[in-house]
Amino acid sequence: MTKTPRILYCNCTYAQVVPKEVKEAVLKNLCESGVAFDAAADLCEMSARRDPSLKRLAEGGAVKIAACYPRAVKWLFHAAKADLRTDATEVLNMRVQNADEVCAALFSAELNPNLPAGKVNAADAPAPALA
Amino acid sequence: MSLRDQSTLRIVLYEGDGAQPLEATDRFAAMSALLEKGFAVTHVAGEGRVAAADRTSLLVLGRFDGGRPPQAEDADGQVNLHFRDIDGFDANRVAEIVETVRAETNAAKHGDWKPWFPVIDYDRCTNCMQCLSFCLFGVYGVDEQQRIQVQNNDNCKTNCPACSRVCPEAAIMFPKYKAGPINGDVVSDADLQREKMKVDISALLGGDVYSLLRERSEKAKSRFSKERDEKKALTERQKCLIKLAQAGDIPPEVLMSLPSPEEIARRAEEAKAKAQTALARQAI
Repeated sequence: MTKTPRILYCNCTYAQVVPKEVKEAVLKNLCESGVAFDAAADLCEMSARRDPSLKRLAEGGAVKIAACYPRAVKWLFHAAKADLRTDATEVLNMRVQNADEVCAALFSAELNPNLPAGKVNAADAPAPALA
Repeated sequence: MSLRDQSTLRIVLYEGDGAQPLEATDRFAAMSALLEKGFAVTHVAGEGRVAAADRTSLLVLGRFDGGRPPQAEDADGQVNLHFRDIDGFDANRVAEIVETVRAETNAAKHGDWKPWFPVIDYDRCTNCMQCLSFCLFGVYGVDEQQRIQVQNNDNCKTNCPACSRVCPEAAIMFPKYKAGPINGDVVSDADLQREKMKVDISALLGGDVYSLLRERSEKAKSRFSKERDEKKALTERQKCLIKLAQAGDIPPEVLMSLPSPEEIARRAEEAKAKAQTALARQAI
């Protein structure tokens, strides 16, 4: 039986770099959906603390993370000694994606792993969404 | 106590067996209030999986059947479990209850420190130690394999991305920075060129911006001590700091709070020595 990917939402509480309307809309959708999910106030803070929860979050198999840039998320977890699996992690970037895109990906049964492996350069950037 | 030594309180908003579900609006309000106060919250419902419990304290909130929170404990005795019934409570009251339990359990208080610190992209890092020799605040160190690492992230100066500017590989991120590639966005060729240029600028300034600051400070001191015009001296220092802030994108308040020129020189030497030792050990 395939396990549904877990969901982790980061509220980026201690900075204003994620648009407020995006993070609020994503959290609202998660709450309205009734699904189980983990929410971090701020992944950066958890990483700085080496919060043991990050290890649990990383170890539990497939996960979709609504946060910021995949490269930043990958190395924030690494810094907390909680490496994410590159083949089982999809990061949705609330700094650049809108709430509809993020929610569609979070609630989709499909997992599209997108953690960078190796040097990331411009050629690795996702193609812009079609209008 | 360092950040890493503090325990945290994990909150579970429980809506599974033995508890009544919350209205979606109440759930959102409670989640938002707790996240804004810095707590990690897990929503447990019938559908979906969440991370397993760990050895931190766990506070389980819910509208428990009969208004009675369950009496339960962790069979292994590793998780410190607490239950609170929140039936009829608004988000503010829920946040108050959580804060009370946090204080009772001596768990970390959130929000006292803005989590601003460098995050190293080891896919890009070449272990050149430029960051270690540049940082005056002891943020960087090396592990047993002489690999660069962030050791004291709470020593980092909030909003200062200066060390990422001296990294020739754009391997240092500050996820809360406004722009790429420092914020974790992909690194373009143009970014790499720009980063190289910044290293050159830094070299032209005499090794690093702090050295320039020291020199300018000394010059200003001697010039203005003759003129005995403290106000002019201060203006000159501020002008210099503004220029530096623009060159390195360093917040003026960080530069204004730098230690004395002598202390800067001492710390710079110390950091360089640490980097040289690490590089020498790498070569063995």
